[in-house]
Amino acid sequence: MSENQTAPLVLTQNLDDADGFYAALVNAHTGLTKSQSDALNARLLLILANQIGDTVLLRAAINKARTEPNSQNSI
Amino acid sequence: MTKTFDAPLYAYSRSPDQDEGLPVRHPVVVIGAGPVGLATAVDLAQQGVKVVLLSDGDHIAKGSRAFCFGQRPLEILDRIGCGHEMMDRGLHWSKGKVFLGQREIYDFAHAEDPGHKWPAFLNLQQYALEEILITRIRDLQKQDAPIEIRGGNKVEAIGQHDDHVTLEVETPEGSYTIEADWLVACDGANSPTRRMLGIPFDGTMFEDNFLIADIEMTTDRPAERWFWFDPPFNQGQSALLQKQPDNLWRIDLQLGPDIDKEQEARPENVTSRLRSMLGDEASFTLKWASVYSFQCCRMENFIHGRTIFAGDSAHQVSPFGARGANAGLQDADNLAWKLKLVLEGGAPAALIQSYHIERACSADENMQNSVNATEFITPKSETSRILRDAVLTLAKDYDFARSMVNSGRLTTPSNYDTSPLNSADALAGPDMSRPGSRCPDAPLGDHYLLDVLGNGFTLLTIDADAPDSVTENDVIVKRLALSARDDISRTLTRQFLGDCPSAVYLIRPDQHIAARRESYDDLQFRAALRRATGKE
Repeated sequence: MSENQTAPLVLTQNLDDADGFYAALVNAHTGLTKSQSDALNARLLLILANQIGDTVLLRAAINKARTEPNSQNSI
Repeated sequence: MTKTFDAPLYAYSRSPDQDEGLPVRHPVVVIGAGPVGLATAVDLAQQGVKVVLLSDGDHIAKGSRAFCFGQRPLEILDRIGCGHEMMDRGLHWSKGKVFLGQREIYDFAHAEDPGHKWPAFLNLQQYALEEILITRIRDLQKQDAPIEIRGGNKVEAIGQHDDHVTLEVETPEGSYTIEADWLVACDGANSPTRRMLGIPFDGTMFEDNFLIADIEMTTDRPAERWFWFDPPFNQGQSALLQKQPDNLWRIDLQLGPDIDKEQEARPENVTSRLRSMLGDEASFTLKWASVYSFQCCRMENFIHGRTIFAGDSAHQVSPFGARGANAGLQDADNLAWKLKLVLEGGAPAALIQSYHIERACSADENMQNSVNATEFITPKSETSRILRDAVLTLAKDYDFARSMVNSGRLTTPSNYDTSPLNSADALAGPDMSRPGSRCPDAPLGDHYLLDVLGNGFTLLTIDADAPDSVTENDVIVKRLALSARDDISRTLTRQFLGDCPSAVYLIRPDQHIAARRESYDDLQFRAALRRATGKE
């Protein structure tokens, strides 16, 4: 498809502080119930999606997430 | 109001066809006297095509049913002579509110385009529209237009032949047979015609149930569309309140799966639900209620031999977004001129195929919209609900999330981008008037562009020379010459010229654009006209 031509999905390191981001993400869930956490994740996802804005890129990201090896089950 | 519902507006009376020895052949027979059947018959008759409309009933619909009409269907109704009545009786609205629980999360207003004669929407009950269309039929009959409406005429059997259809019609005085060159089946989602011909109607059935009710209520509530997600009076479900003309209000309540439909439809149960929604102090009278579930289906092909399906008989969608009757009226608009040309020899029968191509695309778009809205209003999975609730939570404060809230995307005009009737775009003009799109309206002094297009092909020229009329294989195109110099509001310039100094447009009888270029070219124009009439 034309996805990679119009909006390449960045899959190499792009975060300026990978450890810092990951810690902030995990810490944001501290003390929340499962359903509060789920809601937070959903809000975060929507905010980030709007920040990206490009549907072609977002679709590429969704497809990438869906086709990645089912890591959580295979560990 | 009750009186109107019961009054037979087209009671059975004996037709001379019933006393003929041999079946009488008609050019077009329409089955069904809902908005789509009536509009199809009116459109044909006002263009001089002889049409007989058969209905097993004799009166208008009970209850509001389809009651929100979008701009394009309003333009169509205007073209077929019902505009004045629609404007008079319809209720204009443009504002809405969205609630989560009992909290208002935001309000919105549809921006009206001042360049258009018709507003984005009017609310009017389906029965009122049917009444207007029947009045229009009576007026056409007074002008000797070739239109008949036969009540109490139930089609019992259909025979398909190469060049006609045979219909066995049951009446209170026994049955008779007629023939039609073309049959248009506008007999609704449960189409008996479709069943008799054994044609499948595939799609998705939704498990949810909805209660719709019309109430009479005197109140100073504004004419706004109020939509609730998870309201306290209907927990875990949705609700919709909208004003209709005549102090009537329309309420749609989601009931969820696994309910007892008969129980829910009882007036005392409906009233008690409405009471908890409107409050103890509200004074209202229940006029009509119905409990229903819905499906999203469409026929694979809207044309089967000489039988053509239009409206709900061809495609059914969820009620979110007012896409049923609105799509059906666009079906009628698309079909009538093609039937006329084919019957009069101005086009090959192949032109009729383009009806399916153009309208099936539109049906698919409506179904996708309908499925999207249904998923948002009634999420199918836990994750879908979590995402939906996150959108609603963010929508209270942030504009970006409001664009994702989907309580039914209201109908927008279909653009026939992939139609075989289009010629390649030869003008670097505005996108909104590209070939296939519906011709945008524009003010022309004290009237509007769409008012003067009429029922035929138009050659619209803006600051370009062209012949006053062009005839190609019996199809006559009349020129409408306009100039950007007279375009005070700049609407014409904005919508048809963009940065181009001049333009010529070929506009179809259904006010869709078939071709455009910067200046008139006789060879190209004739080729475009042949293409637009199914000859290339």
